[in-house]
Amino acid sequence: MKKPVFIYSEQLLNYKFNDDHPFNHFRVKLTYDLLNSMGALTEEQVIPPLEACDEQLALIHDRAYIEAVKKAGEGDYDESASLTFGLGTEDTPIFPHMHEASALIVGATLQAVDMVMDGKATHALNLSGGLHHGFRGKASGFCIYNDCSIAIEYMRRKYGVKVLYVDTDAHHGDGVQWAFYDDADVCTLSIHETGRYLFPGTGQITEKGQGKGYGFSFNLPIDAFTEDESWIELYKTSLLEIADYFKPDVIFTQNGADAHFLDPLTHLCSTMKTYDTIPRLAKTIADAYCGGRWIAVGGGGYDIWRAVPRAWARIWLVMNGIEASGPLPSTWLNKWQKKSPVTLPETWEDRENAYKPIPRKQEITEKNALTLSKALYLIRNEKRT
Amino acid sequence: MIVQEMMKTDVVTLHKEATIETAWKLIRKHRIRHIPIIEEDRTLIGIISDRDLRDATPSIFHENRNLEELQKPVSEIMVTDVITAHPLDFVEELSTVFYEHEIACIPILEKKKLVGIITERDMLYTLIQLTGALQPSSHLEVKVKNIAGQLAEVASLIKHHKTNINSVLVYPSKQENYKILVLRINTINPQKIVTELKNAGYDVLWPKEAEVQQ
Ligand SMILES: [Zn+2]
Repeated sequence: MKKPVFIYSEQLLNYKFNDDHPFNHFRVKLTYDLLNSMGALTEEQVIPPLEACDEQLALIHDRAYIEAVKKAGEGDYDESASLTFGLGTEDTPIFPHMHEASALIVGATLQAVDMVMDGKATHALNLSGGLHHGFRGKASGFCIYNDCSIAIEYMRRKYGVKVLYVDTDAHHGDGVQWAFYDDADVCTLSIHETGRYLFPGTGQITEKGQGKGYGFSFNLPIDAFTEDESWIELYKTSLLEIADYFKPDVIFTQNGADAHFLDPLTHLCSTMKTYDTIPRLAKTIADAYCGGRWIAVGGGGYDIWRAVPRAWARIWLVMNGIEASGPLPSTWLNKWQKKSPVTLPETWEDRENAYKPIPRKQEITEKNALTLSKALYLIRNEKRT
Repeated sequence: MIVQEMMKTDVVTLHKEATIETAWKLIRKHRIRHIPIIEEDRTLIGIISDRDLRDATPSIFHENRNLEELQKPVSEIMVTDVITAHPLDFVEELSTVFYEHEIACIPILEKKKLVGIITERDMLYTLIQLTGALQPSSHLEVKVKNIAGQLAEVASLIKHHKTNINSVLVYPSKQENYKILVLRINTINPQKIVTELKNAGYDVLWPKEAEVQQ
């Protein structure tokens, strides 16, 4: 019988800038270990990735950029690379073999795609992927190769399917949006903290696509300090209505876990309630419209001990129909508490009143509701006529 | 920035003999709101807007179209008293013209001949570019004393982090002795810079940290 697959090998952790860098793929291992310690991963479900080849990377990226990444990873780069290609900056520092590490992540996402599209797996998860800020010719926001964009273009060409991309990272999924901005067969939905303050700045409601792609880019920029209730309301309403409007053949979700209230880089106040809701609805949509075809990747998430492992484990549990609540596995807690610089949470849920009440709650909720209706205005209008 | 750098040079125009019907078609086809009217040698003689057209042909929205109205030349309805600008004018000055005259479009003339056009929309787009929000960046807002050298100090601190500055705006603060610097910096992680600014005694207004109960 077909099952979901989990793409993983320790080599995926080679995507590592330096010890002080906030982007830390150790969180993938922590999640893998959490799932293992509760017996949720069977050996046959774990698939090791293969490195993506240059032709695959070039589905999205400029050859000159790929060459620059290769050279930089071999220590051959000059200051101009930082300006032209965004390499060697504080966000994306150079590290040895950065090309190989980045191409392996792309390969892992492509592996996830093939498993699902060839009918070998119901759903597939690559937590090392989700590098949604990467541009055709430039690294940006910790992302070198954009595995999401490459995977979507790969699906478009190899399988000719209509793809719904859902991005719940706290940052706007700019790389993916711009890659398919004029494409009517790729619909992008990004829910993120407003770019008024946060990186990258884009992702406004008015960005709706262009040419044939007009009406197929959706953006929900939400206010800083948005909490579960409002976040979930926007997610559910928008995803249900957009899926019904677009009728995708496959759904591709980017699951950055940086909207969590503990995340040090953003200002949203989601808890595990949000991270329980995200994959559940994604699965419902996949089952209802796509014959189950659902590929999920990771993304941002910078509280790697307390927020990310629980949030990401949820995706796999939902894929497999496993329920989990209450205490986390004690083996996992005992093993990692010694290494963690912060106290690990003891339960799957965040405790009530985990953060101080947000004074502007009412205002934020109202503003977000307005944003939702503006973003969905086009498709709601179309329905009426 | 000068007008030349942002004006549109590919302008849809008409001669004065052209019919109102032709003008309607052009406005619909190109989704524009204004058409400059020119002589053979591109001398500007007037301008028509979608509103002028609508006022002149109220009946075209009804079933029995008045064909006669549509066949009249545009010269009969064009506005001849046109506010124009020169390619070397400053964009900042032009925005004042838009604001004061409540107009939506300015033809750009060189020796009385039409060389370009700027709409209110183009103007807004340029201002958005000036705020730096179209390139991947984070917003940083710092309150500084209203004395010389503050911007340079903040900028050099950012330079040490090999981080590009996409834009800088300086606002007056409500407190007289202070100013507010608003920067868009090319990083997803402004935290290190923020910490350093704070350690150096600056009042960082954004990013704020969410207050988390531990
Ligand atoms: Zn993010």
